[in-house]
Amino acid sequence: MIGNLLVNYEEAFAIILFGIGFTMLLFQRNLFKKLIGLNIMDTGTFLFLASMGFIRGREAPIVTNGVTDAGFYINPVPAGLVLTGIVVSVSVTAIMLSLTVRLYRRYHTLQLDEIYEMSRHQMEDR
Amino acid sequence: MSFIQNFPLFTIVLSLFSGVLCTMLKGKTARKYTVCYECVLIALVSCVLFYTIETGQSFTYVMGEFPAPWGNEIRAGVLEALFGLIFLIVMLCSVLGGARFIDLDLDESKVNLYYTLINLMTAAMMAILWTNDIFTGYVFLEILTLTSCGVLIVRELGRTTLAAIRYMIMNLLGSGLFLLGVVLLYDITGNLLMLPMQKNIAELCSTPGNMTSVAMALGILTIGLSIKSGLFPFHFWMPDTYSYATPTSGAVLSSLVSKCYIFLLIKVYFRVIGIGVFEQMPLKAILLVLGMGGIVLGSVSALKAEHINRMIAFSSAAQIGYIYMGIGLGGTAGYTAALFHILAHSVTKSLLFLTTPRLAEASGDSLLFKNLQGSGLRDPSTGFFFGAAGFSMIGIPIFAGFSSKLLFAAAAVDSGRDWKLILVMVVLAASSVLNALYFIRTLIRIFSESADKRRTTVKHGVLYKISMSTLIAVNLALGLFSWVFTDLIEKGLGMFG
Repeated sequence: MIGNLLVNYEEAFAIILFGIGFTMLLFQRNLFKKLIGLNIMDTGTFLFLASMGFIRGREAPIVTNGVTDAGFYINPVPAGLVLTGIVVSVSVTAIMLSLTVRLYRRYHTLQLDEIYEMSRHQMEDR
Repeated sequence: MSFIQNFPLFTIVLSLFSGVLCTMLKGKTARKYTVCYECVLIALVSCVLFYTIETGQSFTYVMGEFPAPWGNEIRAGVLEALFGLIFLIVMLCSVLGGARFIDLDLDESKVNLYYTLINLMTAAMMAILWTNDIFTGYVFLEILTLTSCGVLIVRELGRTTLAAIRYMIMNLLGSGLFLLGVVLLYDITGNLLMLPMQKNIAELCSTPGNMTSVAMALGILTIGLSIKSGLFPFHFWMPDTYSYATPTSGAVLSSLVSKCYIFLLIKVYFRVIGIGVFEQMPLKAILLVLGMGGIVLGSVSALKAEHINRMIAFSSAAQIGYIYMGIGLGGTAGYTAALFHILAHSVTKSLLFLTTPRLAEASGDSLLFKNLQGSGLRDPSTGFFFGAAGFSMIGIPIFAGFSSKLLFAAAAVDSGRDWKLILVMVVLAASSVLNALYFIRTLIRIFSESADKRRTTVKHGVLYKISMSTLIAVNLALGLFSWVFTDLIEKGLGMFG
């Protein structure tokens, strides 16, 4: 068990990163720290994918010196997935940041606890 | 290859194109265009539905002609087409029924952007329904999340922004877990297309020791999607999110978006894991218990709410519980009941969210129960629509809600005579009583005399009445001809595996 973790230390580390990000996104009360947590969480997943896709001793899948044997190259799909994931993560972060700006303009704080406290006194029936 | 086999792809591409086009149109034109193209989509999806019923089998559309383990695929069967059809009808009716409030809540120059979001959301929903590739599912899942956040924040109140932040945070946790689950499954199987994945997993699971890793990945994926769809104990974001949004957004979010996530989950169970392998995992019992918890807790919270929209939102949490209970019961009867309830709930809940703001308009723009007294008398047509939806929620015969409760009970009997049967029956009975309590209480309140006797001054447009009547007609069709739909769902599930 421990031996397996040591051999696959990259994956183990990626999952730990994911856990750190996840708990930050869930439990931090400050909105910016939540967003940083979101990015750490996504990065953990990307690290997992990238480390899975890489095989020691093989080349990037671009034919330059005429070798067409698939065993000579690594699988390009995980890298493609990481790229897609990064695009998604960037757009999500952007929309969250814009929401944060809007919330700050209204309540002048980034602490969610204080914002909840303030919004409780507002009466907006409809 | 028949020409109809291109239609699923057309629905996605047309929706994406319409989203872009609406950014350039004026508000009113954008609405007319959206309504027209949704009608076209409904026609396309109906063609696919009839084609798949006619041929009796599903078809796969290979994108760019790259064969199976490499390319991306779209797959259409009876189930996907049926869900696409009902979802599109609900979408169209929500847009038509809430159009006046979109104009009221939004700045005039931004109305077209709302329709952009709606069209992109339709594209994402269609893609999630049709896709045969799990990573495409993830990408469109994120698009669905982003657009649903977009339609939520168009109303610039403090509370909607706060609700949107909360909604986004819960959804991002869910997407993160879903992505991790997908990556783990990819890691195990080496494929992203659903059928090759299923083949590899079936091979792996024939050796007993390998089951744990698959179950682990599936568990992570399931938690992610259940956070996104609002299964108990992750349902606390629902009331704020649904109650303060524009009526169309509330209707679409509660009746379509959360259902898309559940549809994707069922798709993963059937097509990625394979239902034989899934039935051996302990996940089912957990979903059953959580679903029942959601039913009881959602109904009790709804009973305590003082705000009509919050009550409806909490009852949404209970209905999501029903759907997961169906999945947890398992067997063809259980999945059929769950899928039927998705349809029944989406036509009912959208109707409720679209009528409550009109009741509020007749009572000085307030959604609090104490101010709603007599609003159904002041605005009789809306009162009638609300009443019909309320009856369906309670489970009065001839409405869809009754048929789905019957299906759940039948599924429980099918699942064997053990603790599950007794527990499910008790929960069904208790939730029916609670449902009846809070909806009949609401109906009595809105239809009883109050000091304020003036009629509503707002004239309802014809389109509003037509769209609400359509929703009621679909609801009645689901209730009266439920065997047609359950037959179709069973046929679709047969094509799924």
